[in-house]
Amino acid sequence: MAKKERPIQGAPTARDFKGDVNPDWCPGCGDFGVLSALQNAYAKCGRGNHDHLTVSGIGCSSNLPGFINTYGMHTLHGRSLAVATGAKLANHEMNVVVTGGDGDGYGIGGNHFIHTMRKNVDLLYIVMNNETYGLTIGQASPTTVVGESTKSTPFGNIETPLNPVAMAIVSGATYVARAFSSERAQLIDLMYDGMQHKGFAFIDVISPCVTWKDDEIFDFWKERVNFLQNHDTSDKALALEQAVKDGHDTQIGLFYHDTSRPSLDQMEPVLEDGPMAHQSLGVTPEQGAAIIQRMM
Amino acid sequence: MAKYDFVVAVGGAPGQGIETLGKSLGQFCARYGLHVFTYSAYQSLIRGGHTFLTIRISSEPVANHGDEIDLIIALDRNSLEKHIPHVRPGGALIYNSDDVKKQAPERDDIQLCPVPYKEFSSGIEERKLQKACLNTCLLGTALNLVGADLKVLEEMIISAFLKRKGQETVDANITVATAGYEHAAENFTPFDTQFVKQEPALAFGEGNGMMAMGGAAAGVKFYCAYPMSPSTGVLHWMAANARNLNIMVRQCEDEISVVNMVIGAAHAGCRAMCATSGGGFALMSEAIGSAAMMEIPIVVINVQRGGPSTGLPTKTEQGDLWQLLGASQGDFPKIIVAPISIMDGFDTIPELFNLTDKFQCPGMVLSDLTLSMGFTTFEPDSINWQPEIDRGELITELGQTEGEYLRYQITDSGISPRAIPGTPGHVHVVATDDHDEDGGLISDEFTNPHKRRDIMEKRQRKMDGIVELLPPPTLEGPEDAEVTLIGWGSTHGVISEAAQALTEDGITTNHIQFKWLYPMDEDAINEVLAKSAHAIIVECNYTGQFARFLRGETGFKADGHIRKYDGEPFMPHHIVDGARELLIGKTDLYVPYQEIVV
Repeated sequence: MAKKERPIQGAPTARDFKGDVNPDWCPGCGDFGVLSALQNAYAKCGRGNHDHLTVSGIGCSSNLPGFINTYGMHTLHGRSLAVATGAKLANHEMNVVVTGGDGDGYGIGGNHFIHTMRKNVDLLYIVMNNETYGLTIGQASPTTVVGESTKSTPFGNIETPLNPVAMAIVSGATYVARAFSSERAQLIDLMYDGMQHKGFAFIDVISPCVTWKDDEIFDFWKERVNFLQNHDTSDKALALEQAVKDGHDTQIGLFYHDTSRPSLDQMEPVLEDGPMAHQSLGVTPEQGAAIIQRMM
Repeated sequence: MAKYDFVVAVGGAPGQGIETLGKSLGQFCARYGLHVFTYSAYQSLIRGGHTFLTIRISSEPVANHGDEIDLIIALDRNSLEKHIPHVRPGGALIYNSDDVKKQAPERDDIQLCPVPYKEFSSGIEERKLQKACLNTCLLGTALNLVGADLKVLEEMIISAFLKRKGQETVDANITVATAGYEHAAENFTPFDTQFVKQEPALAFGEGNGMMAMGGAAAGVKFYCAYPMSPSTGVLHWMAANARNLNIMVRQCEDEISVVNMVIGAAHAGCRAMCATSGGGFALMSEAIGSAAMMEIPIVVINVQRGGPSTGLPTKTEQGDLWQLLGASQGDFPKIIVAPISIMDGFDTIPELFNLTDKFQCPGMVLSDLTLSMGFTTFEPDSINWQPEIDRGELITELGQTEGEYLRYQITDSGISPRAIPGTPGHVHVVATDDHDEDGGLISDEFTNPHKRRDIMEKRQRKMDGIVELLPPPTLEGPEDAEVTLIGWGSTHGVISEAAQALTEDGITTNHIQFKWLYPMDEDAINEVLAKSAHAIIVECNYTGQFARFLRGETGFKADGHIRKYDGEPFMPHHIVDGARELLIGKTDLYVPYQEIVV
């Protein structure tokens, strides 16, 4: 369905960012919480619908741009970060948010995940981590725990899951958080702060799958998550220490926040004259003559 | 005045400055107003191994590296031994006499020109510098043999080294160049035909650089790449000029990222381009289809090298045509073009961007090592820095459309006006899933077959518009010829010369060269092909990729084929010999033998 941009009078509300298409997710899916939080975070920015670009890959959660009222790109499986990087560098005045799942981001898109963090591209990347491949009906994903039986691991998963938060910290992301889709207030704050952060902001959101996991999956997580407290987010070593902690509890909150490192677009002198997409095209006669002079 | 046509080749180890020497000589000729075409046979090594650079110099424009070598400069012993047989009878071989330990090279039908470099360079104290100046010394000798002015070389040394390396380097180079030059004057016989200065002075550049320049002129504002031979020159040019010209240039983690970044940048409003070779292009395949599905205009250059797989990283081939034709799943509009000369590489890029912008689809350029890494001279004024820039139906402001904006509006032309993200009033989603007029997915829930048919037909209708704008090839040469040589892309120069040689030899020959490969206008092309005589398709691959494609599109069946797939480009006589052999009629396939093995 087409999106009608509502003329925003006064401060925008979450409603202004609701798309006309109803989400096709299973009832009870954790992604609903993420979608709603994102609409709230966009509203909190105070900018128009057209100032935001929501980019996703492929998978259940990657259908999100269709359900939100901003410019959107529903790209190839695993490629959302690369596409979003190109879009951001072409127009760095846009707020570019990338959404997707664990298979999309940590599996097929793993290479882009690492390198986009290394480059510190000014994006907010929200991964709805449900530890499964939902849309392909329930295989093991890069975050599925050891021992779990799935359609592709009927005798139990024997591969160690990766740790996205630790990976983000060591790969160069400058804003790294973990959240839980049911912890709405914290999620909105993290998303909003992530959008305001200049650099690569990453939120791994525990977004439980009610179809391919146990019926008690929400209770399982509710019992385990703990707010990260008394933590110095500017200390990278400490952040990593927290991120690799094993045990029953899963900590949610902001692990790491580096405000000192400039983002990729801030490092680019070619953007001094404004966004690439708005700059004049072509080569002036003087520039052309100088190029030819060097070839003689 | 008789045509001047002279071929110099330089052999040595990578790291000995062969490219520098070749570039110096090329620039030297360009300043003299002489035309140059170069071909470098090299290996995928940074140190060790062997490089052999052929530089053809002519009083007229030249577009291939010729048949014979008049003069060889051997920078090391290996080259000396290897290349003695490659000098034409009556030619000359210049070498460093220090390289000869026991037996001097023997060939009584050429002039041997030993240069005692150690003696000439004894005044240079720094060893590294002494080693580095060998090429300048032997170039001095060569320039004397062809009757060129040493002054021009001195000027070039100054402009190349004074700022970058300093006075010491300039002095060392000039000393040995002069010694080499004077040594030749005293000891060797100059060639009968001598360099003659012509007007105007020319510029000198590489094929990859030309395509990059064409991109800059076309308004490319975003370029990214993953390094891959033989396409890396485009990245290097773009990176070097990024700040002068305000172009965003990025190196990516892989080619998948490259093409997807280009798609993102193009969607956000930039003209965006990337270049790679066959292996990198294979990684881009899925995204090429996604650009077509989302209707985002992008330009991807594929500089072909020998395949399959990693193949021949430093050798040429025209082996990726079917890869481009078949890249990505499903049917979608796309444009494939193969520039027919180094300079055409410049013009092709703006031409292609105007088409991809107008029709909102991927455009692919098929170059190859011969074209992309070859250098040529050109008249400085011949470059059109202000080509037409037509961005097609683009929406960048509020109020440009009336009523509800439909990103994929069904239209007669298949073209739907494209709103750039950031534009107020046109918020929409683009998707790689198939979608309705308004961008809503039609694939995830129950797929509506009528909507699918409508949107598929809308996209494909764009092909009708594209095909109308692509000029069919022309028939070059006499209409009533006995033989028609048909080629595509980079081989224009060499086929053209072969056709001329055959005609001069009594077999009247004409020539058709294909530049725009896809989509093909069957009727228009058949009209051209109907004029052909004994038709021979010349291409650089094993299976006759173009011959099969042409037959599939037009039903045209050639009488004979000349194919080369040994990694080395055609020389004119390969085609001349092939045409003669095919005319006898005992075979319909001729595979030339590569005489010069590096």
